[in-house]
Amino acid sequence: MSPQETVERALALSKADGGVVVATERSEANLRWANNTLTTNGSMRSRSVAVISVVNGAAGTAAGVVERSAVTDDTLEDLVRASERAARDAGPADDAAPLVEPYETKDPWEDGPQETSIGVFSGFAPALGEAFRRAAGEQRLLFGFAEHVLETRYVGSSTGLRRRHTQPTGKVEVNGKSPDYSRSAWVGQSTRDFGDVDVHGLDSELGQRLGWAQRSIELPAGRYETILPPTAIADLMFYLYISAGARDAEEGRTVFSKPGGGTRIGEQLASAPVTLRSDPAEPGLECEPFSATTVSFGGLTSVFDNGYPLRSTDWIRSGVLADLIRTRAWAAKTGAEPAPMIDNLVLDAPDASASVDEMVARTERGLLLTCLWYIREVDPQTLLLTGLTRDGVYLVDGGEVTGAVNNFRWNESPVDLLGRLAEVGRSERCLPREWNDYFTRASMPTLRIPDFNMSTVSRAS
Amino acid sequence: MRRLAEAALDRARELGAGHADFRFERLRSQDISLHDGKLDSARDGEDLGFAVRVVHDGTWGFAAGVDLTPDAAVRVAEQAVEVAKVSRPVNFEPVELADEPVYPDVTWVSAYDIDPFEVPDPEKIGLLTEWSERLLSADGVDHVDAALEQVLENKFYADLAGTITTQQRVRLHPLLTATSVDRASGSFETMQTLGPPVGRGWEYLTGTGWDWDAELAQIPEWLAEKMKAPSVDPGSYGLVIHPTNLWLTIHESIGHATELDRALGYEAAYAGTSFATFDKLGQLKYGSDIMNVTGDRTVEHGLSTIGYDDEGVRTQSWDIVRDGVLVGYQLDRRMAKLRGFGRSNGCAYADSSRHIPVQRMANVSVQPAPGGPSVDELISGVRRGIYIVGAKSWSIDMQRYNFQFTGQRFFRIEDGRLAGQLRDVAYQATTTEFWGSMEAVGGPETVLLGGAFNCGKAQPGQVAAVSHGCPVALFRGVNVLNTVREAGR
Repeated sequence: MSPQETVERALALSKADGGVVVATERSEANLRWANNTLTTNGSMRSRSVAVISVVNGAAGTAAGVVERSAVTDDTLEDLVRASERAARDAGPADDAAPLVEPYETKDPWEDGPQETSIGVFSGFAPALGEAFRRAAGEQRLLFGFAEHVLETRYVGSSTGLRRRHTQPTGKVEVNGKSPDYSRSAWVGQSTRDFGDVDVHGLDSELGQRLGWAQRSIELPAGRYETILPPTAIADLMFYLYISAGARDAEEGRTVFSKPGGGTRIGEQLASAPVTLRSDPAEPGLECEPFSATTVSFGGLTSVFDNGYPLRSTDWIRSGVLADLIRTRAWAAKTGAEPAPMIDNLVLDAPDASASVDEMVARTERGLLLTCLWYIREVDPQTLLLTGLTRDGVYLVDGGEVTGAVNNFRWNESPVDLLGRLAEVGRSERCLPREWNDYFTRASMPTLRIPDFNMSTVSRAS
Repeated sequence: MRRLAEAALDRARELGAGHADFRFERLRSQDISLHDGKLDSARDGEDLGFAVRVVHDGTWGFAAGVDLTPDAAVRVAEQAVEVAKVSRPVNFEPVELADEPVYPDVTWVSAYDIDPFEVPDPEKIGLLTEWSERLLSADGVDHVDAALEQVLENKFYADLAGTITTQQRVRLHPLLTATSVDRASGSFETMQTLGPPVGRGWEYLTGTGWDWDAELAQIPEWLAEKMKAPSVDPGSYGLVIHPTNLWLTIHESIGHATELDRALGYEAAYAGTSFATFDKLGQLKYGSDIMNVTGDRTVEHGLSTIGYDDEGVRTQSWDIVRDGVLVGYQLDRRMAKLRGFGRSNGCAYADSSRHIPVQRMANVSVQPAPGGPSVDELISGVRRGIYIVGAKSWSIDMQRYNFQFTGQRFFRIEDGRLAGQLRDVAYQATTTEFWGSMEAVGGPETVLLGGAFNCGKAQPGQVAAVSHGCPVALFRGVNVLNTVREAGR
């Protein structure tokens, strides 16, 4: 049974007042390595079918969501009935909204799912083996991970809406260390098909950074002028993004709540005219152009919104908070427009063209970071986050990198940081370090912060 | 299952695999969440599939599939061998596994009374609604979020050596969060239930293992007091830490630090390494002389507890820190062989059929002092300190040195007595200094088994559930931060 047949048959079997079926076919391949040798690998396929039944009752509309893998022709009806039971048992849903009506699309609904395989690494793996040999000869150890995923999703609704999308997601991360692990550097890249991955180039960059670390410098905790590269900014902005729900803000319990009631939409957040936006059609960062979810979560996603078309959305426009993530149900309650989550993020500023190297060159004295790690919320009221620097903190003196500094634990809020921008560089496609299990599509600038709070020294290397 | 296993293993053997194992998994899950007493989400899931792992020409090969036929199993076995062949040029360290006795056809089931998946949904949603309404009706509680995660896990494992295991376990985690908002000032605070996630059945929500009624009754008062509490003065304090907070510090600073794969660099690019490197085994002074830590996958109701691991190894318990000195690691079969341990202590785990087993955390627990002090006795010995209850924010560096934790409730200790709550507290330390400052551990009656559903490790990312037991404990001279001042306000 093809995914399309599964969707149509499940909808035909349904006795609920309405319903949505989400069929997902996923194939993935990966290689992982450490100490200049392979450690694990895999080639996996999975398939899931989620049936979302909608039942209207006197007290309100309910939804029942049941998702299963390995669904066959024989077990599909059982899945549909389980979903209907779940809807009847659930009671009114807080996020209930009319299902999305059909609209014109150019989706190739009839096309089958696309698949990846371990063969996607046919050029990458030999180049990696060569890098291992080179690294061993130059007293370096390489660690890392390469992954390619193709996920094809079919969404069908009892309203007649049909949508299909194939999402390629790939990434490669390489960590280089000295044999005693005392020096460490990292490079990462997102990719759609591994055709643009240059292993030699990544390895060369690691070599340069490990070279910078030949001289080590001890610095105490304190506030430092700090250059944060795109990877670090991506991790900070992602946390800001997932904290930007309209419902919780209007309930008075996030950094985007306004004292006295309401939200901070319309308030100047940033000290430079930066724009933070999501756009499913962003070149190089293309992502699913409609909402697709099997879980309603925290006012950020709703199963009732499946199939809703996504469009470019500014979250911060020219430094001003422009919008917050809003389900259709919450939008209806508050008289606002829906603003669903979109799976990419772009932060940029007009006329910002400086590269990291150019920003380093005009730095009298400061720190250049590589990436941030173990980022967790300390105080939701300010969105104070804590975390560590990782795999390279470099001292910049007189416009040049002069050595590697110890790592730090930092405590900072990304919202506060936006209000203290000393310089914004050009936005570049980058791979978030901390959150790339979930989020790989980002374009971020390098930012200069005059007084980044390094709270304590970490002895980790 | 058995037909699939036989087909896959036979094919792997034919293709020259030296080792091959077949794993079939069924994961049933249900997540229910409510917002202010109304249903936010209810989702039922069943994840079914199988995997074949081989060692071919000294190289791992792993593949997973979902079509449950012998033909599909043969194809997945062939894929696993193909993966090994593609990977061979980048493998410079032949895979060898530590020996393990063969267990032909054994079964194991975790300790629970009522399968939560047999409980009607209206009963579950009704209970969470009633709990939410109880909290919402109290003065000062503006919002309540309720969540219940439930998992029923079935694992079937077979390997070329002849081991066949069939296992089932259940776990669940209820969590309620009350929020108080001062609209005028824009300030808000939260207070969560502290009943830990456990390897129990539905009986856990109806009074076995945790007194939910008593806890829910106290939350509004604790929350109201926290809203009015003074902000902490940063500095050095004596900390009396309750097990509801200390389990997480154990998890991060001992649990992960004593995983041998981390110590050997296998997680260096992702989860990180460990300061507790292999050369320090038997020598590293991890903490004070009263510090004793065990690893186990056997304690009743523990989240990591199971009969056999995902490499067919019978689970065990062992010492990790004895009298303050590092004496053991958590192992899988490859790690055990690499460093000459002879036998794995059974820590291989994969979170689904789609993922390859890696070394995951056992229930790592700090042991109490026989006849040791009570909570009140520990507090009475502190002149200026803070009593910390409940876990919240956590972060630790990639070698497990530097950490920072917050909590749910912070009570000021003045001259051996509690003197009201404090706000904005975080404690920050370096692992060996922190455990070295542990002056006293409570008696067995203060022990609680805490834990988490969501420990992350490996690439592709895998989650694992794990428990940590510990008594209340007293630490001297720990650095306390004021989180508002850290934010520069």
